[in-house]
Amino acid sequence: MLANILAFSSMYSSEGGGGGLLSVDGGLAFWTVLTFLALVFILKKFAWKPILTALDEREKNIKDSLELAEKSKEESKKLLEENKTNLLKAEEESRKIINEARSFAETMKNQIIEDSKSQAQKIIASASAEIERKKEEAFGELKNQVAEISLQIAEKVIKQNLNTSLNSEVIDKYINELQKN
Amino acid sequence: MDLQNSETLKDTLSQTAEHSGGDNWIMHHIMDGNYLDFTPFGKIYLPHLEIFGLDISITRHVVFLWISAALLIFLMMKVSKAYKNSLVPKGVSNFFEVLIVFVRDEIAKPTIGKGYEKFVPYLLTAFFFILLSNFLGLIPFSATITSNISVTVVLAVSSFLVTQAGGIKKNGVFGYFKGLIPHGVPVFLLPIMFVVELLGLFTKPFALAIRLFANMTAGHIVIYALISLIFVMKSYFIAPVSIGMALFIYLLEVLVALLQAYIFTMLSSLFIGMAVHQDH
Repeated sequence: MLANILAFSSMYSSEGGGGGLLSVDGGLAFWTVLTFLALVFILKKFAWKPILTALDEREKNIKDSLELAEKSKEESKKLLEENKTNLLKAEEESRKIINEARSFAETMKNQIIEDSKSQAQKIIASASAEIERKKEEAFGELKNQVAEISLQIAEKVIKQNLNTSLNSEVIDKYINELQKN
Repeated sequence: MDLQNSETLKDTLSQTAEHSGGDNWIMHHIMDGNYLDFTPFGKIYLPHLEIFGLDISITRHVVFLWISAALLIFLMMKVSKAYKNSLVPKGVSNFFEVLIVFVRDEIAKPTIGKGYEKFVPYLLTAFFFILLSNFLGLIPFSATITSNISVTVVLAVSSFLVTQAGGIKKNGVFGYFKGLIPHGVPVFLLPIMFVVELLGLFTKPFALAIRLFANMTAGHIVIYALISLIFVMKSYFIAPVSIGMALFIYLLEVLVALLQAYIFTMLSSLFIGMAVHQDH
């Protein structure tokens, strides 16, 4: 290919001093080869490799981050769903507990009322029995006292009446009667 | 096509030379020289060197070749250092990252396909070196090294060598040359096809060299020609037109500078891809 160009350019290199426009200058080509080779190797080692690695790394980073974000989103969605169901469950549970407690309280109340009623009745019953007893006792005492008082009155009356003549007659009569018996 | 291009170019050149009174000042600006031209401030003459009979003088283009290479190394070192601090690019690194990713994902990946990673450093170097050299040539008092065929030939030859090395490494020496001939070719055509394909192998880098050289040369010549119109016509009134048109060509050259770097890299990548994956 170089020969090609050289042949091609030699046709046009007649004009001018140091070769024509289309002639390949060995010196410049030599420097270009050196410079370009050095450029390729230097840039490859110190520029392209770090830059391309950094770019790849960043691309991977971005991809990973996006994937992670997607995964996190999915997870949070799942968690939210789970939370929702948990909350629902908890609500149901609490409602059940409250209902249970309420019914328990109801039965407790009823039982307490029942108990207290029966207790009261018992107390009333015992109280009335006591009253009855006391009444009877009081009546008995009253009777005794009344009998005693009436006896004392009768004694006094009889003592007074025995002094009279009439009484003596009556008394005599009763004595007679007694004798007859 | 490229041959035709260069012939027209040559015609234009000789005509311009005639019109400017035989003094080939355009060619002096385009071509290499042993001095740095800072007219009207003066010239800096460069040393003459010789090794084994080969003239390896430090010429204008050698200086700008080195400036371009040094600038590229400096820039890319800076960019690569920026990645050490953080993976998030900033400023200059951000700009170069766009280009690097472009070369990797839009040029190398689709054209080479599997195993493209090995060729990315070469393609990046070629792309940025050509790009920087092209742009460097647009700065006043500088020289466009990519408008010198010696430089473009070296670039094309390295692309050629990388292509062959890649193809042979992947397919083996025998497999590679066998793979040059398309499938389903009649047996009696095989020798001819082999020669044709072998020729095709060499025309590709030839076209690469000529394309880059011609494109980078043409714009400069047109700008100089437009400016020289002022002196040819010996009239001040032509100056606004000349300068306006030259400015337009200059802006066009900015585009061409980018485009040629892209095309060179793209085609190199394409040839590498064809050599590595021969079955299509």
